[in-house]
Amino acid sequence: MIAALGRWALTVFARTGRASLMLLAILAGLPSVLPRPRLLVRQLYSVGVLSLPIIVVAGLFVGMVLALQGYTTLADFGAAGSLGTVVALSLVRELGPVVAALLYAGRAGSALTAEIALMKATEQLSGMEMMAVDPVRRVLAPRFLAGILAVPLLAAIFTAVGILGGYLVGVGLLGVDDGAWWAQMQAKVQPLRDVVNGVVLKSFVFGVVANWIAVFEGHDAQPTSEGIGRATTRSVVNTSLAVLGLDFVLTALLFGGVR
Amino acid sequence: MNPSRTVEVLVGAFVMLGLAALVFLAMQVSGLTSLGADAAYRVHARFENVGGLKVRSPVSMAGVRIGRVTAIDIDPQTFQAVVELSISSRHANLPADTSAKILTSGLLGEQFVGLEAGGADAVLKDGSTIKLTQSALVLENLISQFLFSKASEGRPETPAPAPGPAGQP
Repeated sequence: MIAALGRWALTVFARTGRASLMLLAILAGLPSVLPRPRLLVRQLYSVGVLSLPIIVVAGLFVGMVLALQGYTTLADFGAAGSLGTVVALSLVRELGPVVAALLYAGRAGSALTAEIALMKATEQLSGMEMMAVDPVRRVLAPRFLAGILAVPLLAAIFTAVGILGGYLVGVGLLGVDDGAWWAQMQAKVQPLRDVVNGVVLKSFVFGVVANWIAVFEGHDAQPTSEGIGRATTRSVVNTSLAVLGLDFVLTALLFGGVR
Repeated sequence: MNPSRTVEVLVGAFVMLGLAALVFLAMQVSGLTSLGADAAYRVHARFENVGGLKVRSPVSMAGVRIGRVTAIDIDPQTFQAVVELSISSRHANLPADTSAKILTSGLLGEQFVGLEAGGADAVLKDGSTIKLTQSALVLENLISQFLFSKASEGRPETPAPAPGPAGQP
């Protein structure tokens, strides 16, 4: 019993250690990506452009539902004019970065893990090493960098589309005043505190974490078909938990003492 | 078009779209354009109590926003609140005896500074001070005034000393 606990703890420590060392190796390999932008563009396409449809559709519906639900409560207080503020603040501060990161983990993170794990299982990575090509620089670093660039952009698109979706429902369907929607939103949402802290900073942190976990799980997978499946599951589950947990910490740090 | 060129174009469109979304969030959603876009001048006003007024609260005249609160501080001598108002230079013709009140928008809304024009010929300049001010209404003070006046009404022939600030007939 105690031996099992100790073994489990040692495994966790070892995994954390390997993950940290790999992060350092990737960070050291990042400068070597810049002279080869083709690699980066190819990865940006697969994690960014291909994630666009799900991000746009999800953002649209999240914004529409927020407007619908917010309206029922606000209309009771005669404050339906604040609907724009409610939709914009919840999207900019929380839902935009968090839901975009969760969708990213499901859509792109899982694919990233599976791809790298399969490369490992089919010994492409060791093949590269044999040819004196560093797989960290050639495979891991471009994917990591592309992911970090893609997540904040996806979060910004998600948030903007969500606000437009809320506008469609709130102003188009429920009849909130057009001027009140934008004016109250602009009075309450602050560029530095909300947009930069929320969309830019939060989703940057989420991007680092999501891609770190995705790349690490792929690289650390058992080189079997079962191992690839398990690594992909772990990548999505761990990323979702890490994003939600970190979101609480970041919100407490960034917005907790504001008012 | 060869495939790698297509990928490049699509990635470029993706990055542009993301940046456009950020610009949209900054400009349209948070109203960055409306702050600091036009020149402004600063005047000061002293209040006994600013209530829930905050920096960046609106300054309005006749219900139209003409500026923002840029700073709130305490005067170390008089212990009054000193509020710095930044008013758009398009409204540089406010009379020198303009009065300032701290008002609440709606029953539960945010607090803002409402200006009412006076009749003087001289105008407010950068750095001048608004003399006529009315503080925010603090609910607890109102209630205690009301209770004290009620209490003194209830006992008309008691020779007890004056019970409160608003209690004297």
